[in-house]
Amino acid sequence: MSFQTDNKLIKWFDDRLPLVSVMHHTFVQHPYPRNLNVAYQFGSILGVMLTLQIVTGIVLAMHYTAHTSMAFDSVEHIMRDVNYGWLLRYMHANGASMFFIAVYLHMFRGLYYGSYKAPREMIWMIGVVILLVMMATGFMGYVLPWGQMSFWGATVITNLFSALPVVGDPIVTWLWGGFAVDNPTLNRFFSLHYLLPFVIFGLVFLHLVALHQKGSTNPLGIEIKGPADYISFHPYFTVKDFFGFAAFGVIFAVFVFWFPNYLGHPDNYIPADPLVTPAHIVPEWYFLPFYAILRSVPDKLMGVLAMFAAIGVLFILPWLDRSRVRSAAFRPQYKWFFWIFALDCIVLGYAGSQPAEGNMLIVSRIATIYYFVHFIFLMPVLGWFERPKPLPTSISEAVLAGKASTSAGENA
Amino acid sequence: MMINRSIKVLAGAVLGIGLMTGGALAAGDAKELKSVDWHHSGPFGTYDRAQVQRGFQVYSEVCAACHSLKYIAYRNLMEIGFSEDQAKAIAAEKDIEDGPDAAGDMFTRAGRLSDKIPSPFPNDNAAKASNGGAFPPDLSLIAKARVGGENYLYSLLSGYEEDSHGHECPAGTYSNPYFAGGCLKMPSPIADDLIEYVDGTPATVDQMSKDVSAFLTWAAEPKMEERKAMGFKVIIFLLIMSGLLYAAKRRIWARLH
Amino acid sequence: MSAASHGGDGGERRDFLVITAGAFVGVGAVGLVWPFVDQMNPSADVLALSSTEVDISGIEPGQSVTISWRGKPVFVRRRTAAEIEAALAVDVDDLPDPESDDARHKEGKAEWLVVLGICTHLGCVPLGYAGDYDGWFCPCHGSHYDTSGRIRKGPAPANLEVPEYAFLTDTQIKIG
Repeated sequence: MSFQTDNKLIKWFDDRLPLVSVMHHTFVQHPYPRNLNVAYQFGSILGVMLTLQIVTGIVLAMHYTAHTSMAFDSVEHIMRDVNYGWLLRYMHANGASMFFIAVYLHMFRGLYYGSYKAPREMIWMIGVVILLVMMATGFMGYVLPWGQMSFWGATVITNLFSALPVVGDPIVTWLWGGFAVDNPTLNRFFSLHYLLPFVIFGLVFLHLVALHQKGSTNPLGIEIKGPADYISFHPYFTVKDFFGFAAFGVIFAVFVFWFPNYLGHPDNYIPADPLVTPAHIVPEWYFLPFYAILRSVPDKLMGVLAMFAAIGVLFILPWLDRSRVRSAAFRPQYKWFFWIFALDCIVLGYAGSQPAEGNMLIVSRIATIYYFVHFIFLMPVLGWFERPKPLPTSISEAVLAGKASTSAGENA
Repeated sequence: MMINRSIKVLAGAVLGIGLMTGGALAAGDAKELKSVDWHHSGPFGTYDRAQVQRGFQVYSEVCAACHSLKYIAYRNLMEIGFSEDQAKAIAAEKDIEDGPDAAGDMFTRAGRLSDKIPSPFPNDNAAKASNGGAFPPDLSLIAKARVGGENYLYSLLSGYEEDSHGHECPAGTYSNPYFAGGCLKMPSPIADDLIEYVDGTPATVDQMSKDVSAFLTWAAEPKMEERKAMGFKVIIFLLIMSGLLYAAKRRIWARLH
Repeated sequence: MSAASHGGDGGERRDFLVITAGAFVGVGAVGLVWPFVDQMNPSADVLALSSTEVDISGIEPGQSVTISWRGKPVFVRRRTAAEIEAALAVDVDDLPDPESDDARHKEGKAEWLVVLGICTHLGCVPLGYAGDYDGWFCPCHGSHYDTSGRIRKGPAPANLEVPEYAFLTDTQIKIG
């Protein structure tokens, strides 16, 4: 049933700009699988976190000064003198971490339930682009306080581009706006850090349009077949998502109010000094797995390429995965490899936090190789040789039958 | 069951992050830090006003000779229990450079509440030159800028006498087992009865180390008490709200059956 | 394919639990908004500079000094006897903004006039010892102020504002 109203004002408005009917279509008419579980809540959580980062960022920008002589001081001004400045700063800094926690869980959901498989490849690929832009945004944001890690992290990562043959050095000079990371770099990072979240916003819109085209997957990995399989977004997923926001908010609040500096690095409370390098340069935790991959490869250029390939391989995942079954719920062999992959990512992350030497370097290399083996070798091979469990005939059949059996049967 | 797996995933994620960040923060080869049960520890911790005031006295009479505290203004002292008049008096003891006047000259005047605590040196190079080439860092954020925070500060200050296993330090440096590398350019700055506490507490090295570490923790995080108090209220609110929303969710989803 | 109106009715009545949960969300939302609004209010360091002390010992009669207070100019003028007389000679009722000279200085301190150096028309800084009344003249749109800082001629609607100030000693005033 399409949107109907007797309200003349709404009719006039909607006739010219169909916001109300689009909302109605999306939240009342459009079918959502009734069996979506907790793992499917991170998309909406990400939407909330993006909004929160933008809002906290805009108010912080009212007090921050992007000049090398004043940046660090301006952040302390925010922490000490601006009304609730400490709260806004800690929300923004920890919000970035929560944003990445949510995006990694969101991606792992996709990996587990085969959300990237046909016909949803576009949603997935746009998602990978969103991840890349998020990483650029987070990287530049961390430079802004102009602490030791800000400066040296920026130096190390921008220097990577010098590995590119011929164009490498000119590109690095161009990025820096000078001969080293300095004021021109800081200023442009501030400008771009302000811009990119709105680019993310646009990409998210495209991500949702692509999603709307095909509809959401569900834990069983089978398509909606009939009215018994689906429900409207409102009120079911509205209330469920609000619960998700509150629960996520509890974890967020624990960091902001009780452990606001746990996820950060003490060295960033030291003002940047181009003449003194910290003992251990470490990026923020959410970059650690990629940092480990970068440092595993002894050759500078190959290390850079491997790091980018780690994300590049995600792009082509829909075509690497040769399985005819979508959800890991029915792929017992893949399930094992999924969890091993997850463990591999954690190992990579830990390795990224340690100096790249000795046993840790060996561990890094093994974990890096395994990362690529998982995508390039295991995904196609599993698709050919696995013995999947029989799929249920429909979502409703599985839901009604399986309060017990299948692990995807419960929608609570 | 879905919830079980989700909890597993979330637990794994938290563990993963914990490992990564804990690992990243792992200290070098220094001795394991001494640990103190600070008054400000824990979710309900507050600064012990008397201790922090003593710590300020240690800073002013000992550390301020070499270390600046540039992010603290005299008006901030009112937050640790000094009255407005006391803070004004403390400010007025210092000469602050101001100007230029109408003739173009710089001049000095008595400090005011709005002034930040002045640096002992006119610039960084002068600071380095006076200290054997090593720059005595500003102390406003030192408690957050070192792994181990106030435990590190306390261990370092009170740890000079401790056995460093026969570690010989080059001339101009001093041995301290809590400093990475074992030798640092700062000699032990405190000794028993170096100052006389205004409140009469015996000024032992241990006492002064604790007091100034607590003071420096306040200097780095003056909003800590407000943060923890707000945190308690926010988290309780969110927990209740989560509970209500979960119940509402169950109620609404029950319509489907 | 429409998903609406699935799962029987019985859920249409507004139930207490859902309303309470909604109320919490509303309260939470309002609570969340306040810090974002309040951060635009003056910060602690700005508030700390809300008053300024001025040493007036070096100012001679017939001399005026311009001080910066809260980012705005303040004229501190030491008036001569002639200037004070001129200010008192005016019929207050004839003024565009009637105000007696006594109301514009501290008791017993008629010599000292402290006014904000901002023209009440559109905010320019008037020039001292200029204009038809020997007070101030604003070059932007031609407002004339007298030796008490009162508007006499021109588009400005009000006298130059006298800020809150006090004599700490005979040589020290605190503005704000």
